[in-house]
Amino acid sequence: MDNILELKNINKIYGNGEFKTQVLYDVNLNIEKGSFNSIIGESGSGKSTLLNIIGTLDKPTSGEVHINNIRTDSMKRAELADLRNQTLGFIFQFHYLLPEFTAFENILIPYLMKNSKPSKEIVERANELIELVGLTKVKNNLATKMSGGQQQRTAIARALINNPAIILADEPTGNLDSDTTEKIYTLLRKVNESFGTTFIIITHDRRIAEKADRNIEIKDGRINIDILR
Amino acid sequence: MLLPFKIALRFLKSSKGQTILITLGIAIGVSVQLFIGLLIQGLQASLVDKTVGSTSHITISSAETDKNIDNYADIIQTVSAIDGIKVASASLDKTAFIVVEGAEGQNDSSEYILVRGLTLDKADTIYKFSDSFIDKSTMNMPSLPNEVIVGKEFSETLGYTVGNQFEISIATRDSYKTETVTITGIFDLKVSSLNKTWVVSDINTVQDLFDTGTIASTIEIQLLDVFASDTILPEVTAALPPASLLRAVDWKAQNESLLSGLNGQTISSLMIQVFVVISVVLSIASVLIISVIQRQKQIGILKAMGIKDGMSSIIFLTQGFLLGLMGAIVGLLLGILLIVAFTTFALNPDGTPLIPMKLDPGFIALSGAIAITASTLASLLPAAKSKNLNPIEVIRNG
Repeated sequence: MDNILELKNINKIYGNGEFKTQVLYDVNLNIEKGSFNSIIGESGSGKSTLLNIIGTLDKPTSGEVHINNIRTDSMKRAELADLRNQTLGFIFQFHYLLPEFTAFENILIPYLMKNSKPSKEIVERANELIELVGLTKVKNNLATKMSGGQQQRTAIARALINNPAIILADEPTGNLDSDTTEKIYTLLRKVNESFGTTFIIITHDRRIAEKADRNIEIKDGRINIDILR
Repeated sequence: MLLPFKIALRFLKSSKGQTILITLGIAIGVSVQLFIGLLIQGLQASLVDKTVGSTSHITISSAETDKNIDNYADIIQTVSAIDGIKVASASLDKTAFIVVEGAEGQNDSSEYILVRGLTLDKADTIYKFSDSFIDKSTMNMPSLPNEVIVGKEFSETLGYTVGNQFEISIATRDSYKTETVTITGIFDLKVSSLNKTWVVSDINTVQDLFDTGTIASTIEIQLLDVFASDTILPEVTAALPPASLLRAVDWKAQNESLLSGLNGQTISSLMIQVFVVISVVLSIASVLIISVIQRQKQIGILKAMGIKDGMSSIIFLTQGFLLGLMGAIVGLLLGILLIVAFTTFALNPDGTPLIPMKLDPGFIALSGAIAITASTLASLLPAAKSKNLNPIEVIRNG
């Protein structure tokens, strides 16, 4: 299958002079389109930095990032904003919903960055996503008036609204109980299967990692283990 | 691209307390600025009116001392045709004496008076004698020869009242004579020296009393707008007979200290207004900068989701604009209320406002526009902060 993402010799060094810290060492990684990948590793191993570089939120000190065969590490800020809006979906441990907006409105925000008014189709799609993540009852609640699991599911629906090719998730269930965690992963897997969306998920949870197609373990800034299941 | 406006509105709505406080802050600034501005405007207008409202604005006289104007009727006709002139009136001023009987055992004394012969109907527009009669029902302007009106202090000192006659001693070119005049009215011009020395009559009476023939000593002109004298004075000068030794002088030349006083007041009023606006700008800027920090997470996630830097700064510019707009509306209402209250409750003993203020729509609109512009400008700094915010800072630090 085609690679949707290619990382070539990625190095990341923070600071300068005597206080340099190298976080990533010559990381090479290809991710296949439509695959469901997990990244595991101890804290401080560099896995979040790697995910942020993939998500174009951070830049590598050296090396190349290609998304859909387009090199992103040399793009301008405005181009990157467009790329993130159209191609990438983010799910963070701290869901980062806008507390001033309802669940439904939060889900539409990525769409409204490029369009002034939601079309009929997109409202329909938003409602479908809300149903998919099981939030129909609370869709008009303010973000602050929902439980942690509901907020995270809203964030998932929001990440999906522009139908991105890749979803990047950094411990999306890190602060949720195990029942909810289980449900969220089932949901992500369902999205992966029905929309063909590529997933790259950082997780601490071995049980979750075992459900992925591919496990990548990062240790001290290098890929330690890379297993296809 | 309505999203930034929508987000700005939600941000303002969700932190109601902050929004109300800053709106009130702007409103108070705007109302103070409006009040001070209109107060000083009103003060100056009333000061100018009190000082020169009842005097000649442009005075034509001979450039040589003790020379008169012979053809005054022609000149009045010519200058009256100039735009912006309310009235032009001839005046013949002569000094004379009256004899005051001394109390028992004391000598008689003589008092100096200024006999002013005026074109009464026109001069009344300038000096408003008939409005300043101390008893309007019994007093009239002179209509017959040898009738005069006198000032309040004059009548009080000498114990004269309407209908009384008195003698004035006149020194003409080659003789000395005494004439009797009748008082038809007593005026109070609110200036003690005028009230004490002016004896006002028709110009013909004075010409007869002093045997001068048909002459005037000055032509007094009042303008519709006192501050238009700069442009009208040259026209009046140009209308004077060529070769004559007449010259025209405006009130500004005679009131330099008043003008410099007014200028000083204008500058200090402007200073106060400018500093009020600056303090409004600073308070908006500081509140919005704090708001950017408070919303750092939201801005960061919006940027991660692909909001453009420009849009993220529009969020804060919009907030500044909306705060300015609300502050201006509340502030202008507050200011107008303050002015209405001030002119209604701060009164002179006679019931007229202490300082007559006019609700100048132009100035009110300007105040509002300044507030809105200043608030929007104040949000430039927070907008730049939002524009430059890098999402990774927020994501990495949770």
